[in-house]
Amino acid sequence: MLTLQFIQFHELQRLNSRQRIKRIIDEVKDNKIVLVEGRLRPEEETQLIEKTMEDISKDFKGIELCTLDQSRSNERLLTKLRLLFASLLIGDRRGMTVIGPATIIKEIKRDPNKVQLLTTGYRRRRLG
Amino acid sequence: MINKISAFIRRTISKIFRNKRQLRLGLYGPPNAGKSTLANRISKDWLGEEMSTVSKIPHETREIIVKEKIDIKRRGKTLSFNLVDTPGIATKIDYEDFLKYRLSRKEAKLRAKDATKGVIEAIKWLDNMDCVLVVLDATVNPYSQVNITIIGNLAARKIPVLIIANKTDLKKANVKKVEDAFPQYDVVGISAETGRNMEEFYESLFGVVR
Repeated sequence: MLTLQFIQFHELQRLNSRQRIKRIIDEVKDNKIVLVEGRLRPEEETQLIEKTMEDISKDFKGIELCTLDQSRSNERLLTKLRLLFASLLIGDRRGMTVIGPATIIKEIKRDPNKVQLLTTGYRRRRLG
Repeated sequence: MINKISAFIRRTISKIFRNKRQLRLGLYGPPNAGKSTLANRISKDWLGEEMSTVSKIPHETREIIVKEKIDIKRRGKTLSFNLVDTPGIATKIDYEDFLKYRLSRKEAKLRAKDATKGVIEAIKWLDNMDCVLVVLDATVNPYSQVNITIIGNLAARKIPVLIIANKTDLKKANVKKVEDAFPQYDVVGISAETGRNMEEFYESLFGVVR
């Protein structure tokens, strides 16, 4: 059975980077596909990969990861600056991050218009 | 926040002393994009010798390899740097994937173990780079999360980037798709294997490393 775990932005907001990564990895190692509201910071994405590599074992082969952005092209400069400043301080709550165990998610295919999540059963699940 | 401050201090000190040490040019990208083939091409072009081993089996480069003092000369100018070949960055490594390349189970497990260490090492070295060539396989969909994460991290660290769309000698190569995926960056289509378009690559390198 496929389990989706949704983590709200405010849940991660109160954690530091190390705790956020641990929170996510623990869910993924429990064979859940995690949907995180918002985006991790770029350095947290690399920390997530580092932690994944450290934890790889006979049962945990790694992760599939996908960040989905919300376009900011139509926003005014002031709004963009405000959001940029907020994202530097507390992270970016817009968009979404999908993280799942590589043993369940075979591949996440993306192009500019769609994202397809291919599970190990080869069935395509469209995300957006 | 502490990581950011320490990275900023490291970068600032690095810039101050850059004139006293060699510039570090890193090769980053996913496994099997041709980073080591490009490293060999550059090293052979300017030093007359190769620096890395290449293989069809993913994760052939599992340790950082540095070739010191490569001098590239163009129109009377010289660009001097240490070239850093890094292990491919991946989010998953399964030793069973190596078995189809006829490695023994023991060899495959060892390769997988070393590959995980290599990924960590490559990420740790990001802060030591002055400029990075992100090497992508132009026959593969460029919208992968590994590519996005690498480029996003370099942007956050304010490290200059040149994107290399490699393997243009292959029929399926699509440089335009790489350009469309990363419109804010310079993209050069080359074949590190055959040497196609290396002149434009060296020209672009001078433009990015100032």
